[in-house]
Amino acid sequence: MRRASREARIGRIGLYLLLIWTCLFFSIPLLVVIATSLKTSDEVRTFSIFSLPTAPGFAAWVKAWYSACTGLNCGGVHVGFWNSVRILIPSVIISVFAGSVTGYALSHWRVTGANIIMLFLLLGAFIPYQVILYPLVKMFSTIGIYSSLSCIIAVHVLFGLPMMSLLFRNFYAGLPEELVKAARIDGAGFWRIFVWVMLPMSVNILIVATILQTTGVWNDYLLGLIFAGRDNMPMTVQLNAISTTSTGVIEYNVNTAAALLTALPPLLIYFFSGRYFVRGITAGAVKG
Amino acid sequence: MPADRSVAVRRIASVRAAGSITAQARAGRPYRVRSLAAKLVLAPTVLVMLVCFYGSALWTVYISMTRSFLLPTYIFAGGAQYQRLFHTPRWQVAYGNMFLFGALDIAGTLFLGALLAVLLDRRVHFEGVFRTIMLYPLSISFIVTGLTWQWVLSPTIGFQHFVHGLGWTDFVFDWITRPDRAIYTLVFAGIWHQSGLIMAIMLAGLRGVDREIWRAIRVEGIPAWRAYISIILPMLRPLMVTCIVLIAIAVVKSYDLVVAMTNGGPGFSSDLPGKFVVDFEFERANIGQASAAATVMLGSVLAIVAPYLYFELARKNR
Repeated sequence: MRRASREARIGRIGLYLLLIWTCLFFSIPLLVVIATSLKTSDEVRTFSIFSLPTAPGFAAWVKAWYSACTGLNCGGVHVGFWNSVRILIPSVIISVFAGSVTGYALSHWRVTGANIIMLFLLLGAFIPYQVILYPLVKMFSTIGIYSSLSCIIAVHVLFGLPMMSLLFRNFYAGLPEELVKAARIDGAGFWRIFVWVMLPMSVNILIVATILQTTGVWNDYLLGLIFAGRDNMPMTVQLNAISTTSTGVIEYNVNTAAALLTALPPLLIYFFSGRYFVRGITAGAVKG
Repeated sequence: MPADRSVAVRRIASVRAAGSITAQARAGRPYRVRSLAAKLVLAPTVLVMLVCFYGSALWTVYISMTRSFLLPTYIFAGGAQYQRLFHTPRWQVAYGNMFLFGALDIAGTLFLGALLAVLLDRRVHFEGVFRTIMLYPLSISFIVTGLTWQWVLSPTIGFQHFVHGLGWTDFVFDWITRPDRAIYTLVFAGIWHQSGLIMAIMLAGLRGVDREIWRAIRVEGIPAWRAYISIILPMLRPLMVTCIVLIAIAVVKSYDLVVAMTNGGPGFSSDLPGKFVVDFEFERANIGQASAAATVMLGSVLAIVAPYLYFELARKNR
């Protein structure tokens, strides 16, 4: 009996050790980047990035924000930050609205071929971007908005449509039909039921969808690179350009600060809304 | 008033199963009616899906079977582009890397994700803290992930330099700069980014395991580790298949990670199909080859997704 309990205790200790080790694996890259961003330029040149800063300061952060260079262009990442914000806000609002209305129409109304539309959406979510990039570029050039803010917003809405629609469709399909029936007897139509019955009950799913789409759009690189154009380069594209510029001495403290500034908005969203974030990620991952 | 309504709704919702809508429709009492507004709302969705997704994909597939080079031409040329593609050394490397990276990434992520889920399932203290740390990489973009790991693994400033500083100057860890090893470094970053997701999915599955089963295991005196390996995890096999499919699709699509971490280098030793397509399309302007490579990507995703969806739907309808 005593031996069994001792074995159990050793097992518990091993369990916690394993957990702590893996958490080190997850957290060390972030800690290393934070430490490096707080160092001075001299320190970065002489020590490894694993060492702690001797005199931590935010000089590199200020430099990354206001004057980090991409080639000859030294505007800092605040340019990319505001570009990303300008792309993000309309993209997310339009995607979430389009997704919720589409999901609602597919779940509580009789539409010929609703199942086929859903299958199309589902399969569409799996098509790699690379397969349809070039035709999309041609289409947007033809209508004359290629390489502009409206172009990148349209592209984000487009690629968000399958996922957003299915997310809302699955949520609305779980709501009781009596609601819609009762509202219809009261004489409400498609839009009135949506605004007065569906939306008030969708607060949770709206938060999940907004978080999912916000992190998705903010973290996007490929679409911004191809469709946004020089003047609207999102933060991720600018960050990569800054970090791969190989002229002169590489200022790792500035580059790490720029990387942290880019990662900060989704990280903050994650830390302040963990449950919703995880729900969105897993719902997005395990569709249907 | 709205509060009352939501309480009532929840009560009804708890009584009715989610699938009742379709069940009732099938029973011949359709509650859903037709509406012009619903059709008008869905029309743009259908149009966008047909034109932008399926039309574009078909266009790319067709272009891959033409003689297109700098600009698309529509003269049919059969499999000539594919023949050329698979004789291009850079594509051979990129295509092979997809399988190598994929196999290691899937194995590593699934193993670590399942292990962490099992550990957290043992009712540990500070579970919330552990979960938060394991899941935060998911919120970070692949660009930042790639750059971070590039710095950590760089022999001149990262881990190797650090170990040298400890006095162990013979230590060598320069995989990211070696053509024969760079592809393996992507696996570290891939596992780091994705295993939290697998942990979350698997943990949800573990928490759903029937308590009676655990009671029976305890009565039989089977040790916990044995129970997980021989009983509990085999029960979650469908969930693990889902996880494998998810990671596999992410592998086929991956682009940002390799761009930020190695940019396909040294040379093109760590290239992946996603990067090959974008480079050939927008830098080298070779639409024919890019379309053929993109079609191979599409085929790979379909080869993963189609059987999965088929079996999933069959399982659900049963």
